[in-house]
Amino acid sequence: MTALQTNMLIHWLRTFAAWIVTLLLFFPLGWLILTAFKTELQAISVPPLVFFTPTFENFLIVEERSDYLLYAKNSLITSVASTLLGLALAFPAAYSMAFFKSKHTKDILMWMLSTKMMPAVGALVPIYVLAQFSGLLDTRTGLVIVFTLSNLPIMVWMLYSHLKDIPSDILEAARMDGATLWQEFRQVLLPLTMGGLASTGLLCLVLSWNEAFWSLNLSAAKAGTLATLIASYSSPEGLFWAKLSAASFMAIAPIVVFGWFSQKQLVQGLTFGAVK
Amino acid sequence: MAYLALKRVEKLFGEHRVIKGIDLEIKQGEFVVFVGPSGCGKSTLLRLIAGLENIDTGSLHLDGRDITNLPSSKRDLAMVFQSYALYPHMSVFENMSFALKLAKADPAVIQEKVARAAKILNLTDYLERTPKELSGGQRQRVAIGRAIVRAPKVFLFDEPLSNLDAALRGQTRIEIAKLHRDLGATTIYVTHDQVEAMTLADRVVVLRDGQIEQVGTPLELYDRPANQFVAQFIGTPQMNVVAAADLPTHGDADGINVPTGGFVGLRPENVSLRPVADNMMTGTVELVEALGAETLIYVSTSKGAQLVSRQNERTSLKVGDRVGVEIDADAAHLFDAQGRITRTGHTREALAH
Repeated sequence: MTALQTNMLIHWLRTFAAWIVTLLLFFPLGWLILTAFKTELQAISVPPLVFFTPTFENFLIVEERSDYLLYAKNSLITSVASTLLGLALAFPAAYSMAFFKSKHTKDILMWMLSTKMMPAVGALVPIYVLAQFSGLLDTRTGLVIVFTLSNLPIMVWMLYSHLKDIPSDILEAARMDGATLWQEFRQVLLPLTMGGLASTGLLCLVLSWNEAFWSLNLSAAKAGTLATLIASYSSPEGLFWAKLSAASFMAIAPIVVFGWFSQKQLVQGLTFGAVK
Repeated sequence: MAYLALKRVEKLFGEHRVIKGIDLEIKQGEFVVFVGPSGCGKSTLLRLIAGLENIDTGSLHLDGRDITNLPSSKRDLAMVFQSYALYPHMSVFENMSFALKLAKADPAVIQEKVARAAKILNLTDYLERTPKELSGGQRQRVAIGRAIVRAPKVFLFDEPLSNLDAALRGQTRIEIAKLHRDLGATTIYVTHDQVEAMTLADRVVVLRDGQIEQVGTPLELYDRPANQFVAQFIGTPQMNVVAAADLPTHGDADGINVPTGGFVGLRPENVSLRPVADNMMTGTVELVEALGAETLIYVSTSKGAQLVSRQNERTSLKVGDRVGVEIDADAAHLFDAQGRITRTGHTREALAH
């Protein structure tokens, strides 16, 4: 075999392997989409059906049985609100850590990250009790607070890694030019961190949208998000695969479309600090 | 009367005193250079004046007003940073007009002032570009332009030339000197390069370890250094400082009366090399640097002292040659064991008076 042929062979093997991995990763999602368009009977048939006449029946039932729009609204409100609240809290924190570093800045960052290492279920009881006492059970406010707090460490870290790449000289130059703190923020810092803010916001939007643990435990009929809607199709009365799939499809579709469009921004933001 | 006055200014970083009681008065229109080795506190002192660091004790007065606790934005000073610190998301025009815009100046005035500064700095064709599209020298000029459009009370320069290559550095140095002559603005300039200090300054402030070692005109520092540190810091190549014990004991014959344990300081131009003769200090040539207009010859004397001699003629001396070393005893500075000056040498120019 010539060197060229060897190279070609390696190239094809790599492509083949990449396709296998991609298909493996995509398979559950693909199967979910297929199942969403089957009848319940087709969904559990053995051997599994790959070719069938698609039906929209499941979507209609889901919409009829449970108010999809209410859940979608809850998801939208909680994820957007927790993202905005999170950015408002994380940005000043990251700013002070990046530009007014103290001896303990690294420790605080590590401590923040360490809170993400504890399994969420470890804090379930105290948080549930707190929510109950403050009347925040099954309210969107309660969910927004919990989502914000659980995303906060990641947001601070991401914003910190963006901000620390901005030379403090530039901010000092603005101060020398006569800028007040607000002008410095609005006209110099904000334009320079737009990319970081956008990617941090996008990531947290996705994380909050997909959050299931806290929404399942702290909300029900009133403030429930799409994650709770999906879960309700796996109930003690039985497992309804086709309807579960249809509900899942409807729950993930908006965020997948959103993620598709913001992909470039997201990737850019996530790798910004790493490769610069 | 002093335009800018520092009184007993101190700065602590944690437990560490980085600025130790600085008293300094700067006159209006003066070009003052802070010079010293790295870590001497010269940049910190500039940042204290700029208001980018807080003064821990002491006071700072500008134009008759106490500005010790005033934020940077209210001090009416302009600063040129070592890194240029241009706003990367703004065009050259926007960079230069930013301060005026913040001060809510009339757009027509802004336009006119920026155009004038751009013309002085040869930036007229680049006003629409962003900093990223400029060369290092152009960025430097934008940074200077950003300072001059404001006509501030004092210009602060923090090692502005250290990111430029040698040729551009020399050229920009001349431009800054010219600019200062044209604008007559009070300027404080920080550098570790004593050539910049000597060429630009009306007065040089030599700093070491958070303290002022000496303040004076460039030639005062060169001719009449206050101590061994200043003597060796100013001038290239460095002043030769030799332990008295390492010089031949001609003693009074050469008029050198060195305190015990003291040192003799000789500028390279006061050390001449002759053919070896009797009754003469001798040495071996260690290195010859032929710079064209001048030649530097490094000699190791028979007693082990290292001396450098500067001469304006070219030389046929080679490494390893034996030479006689003649020193101009009149020009020798004498220092005691602590490095304090005990006798200032005469310069030829000074003698001519």
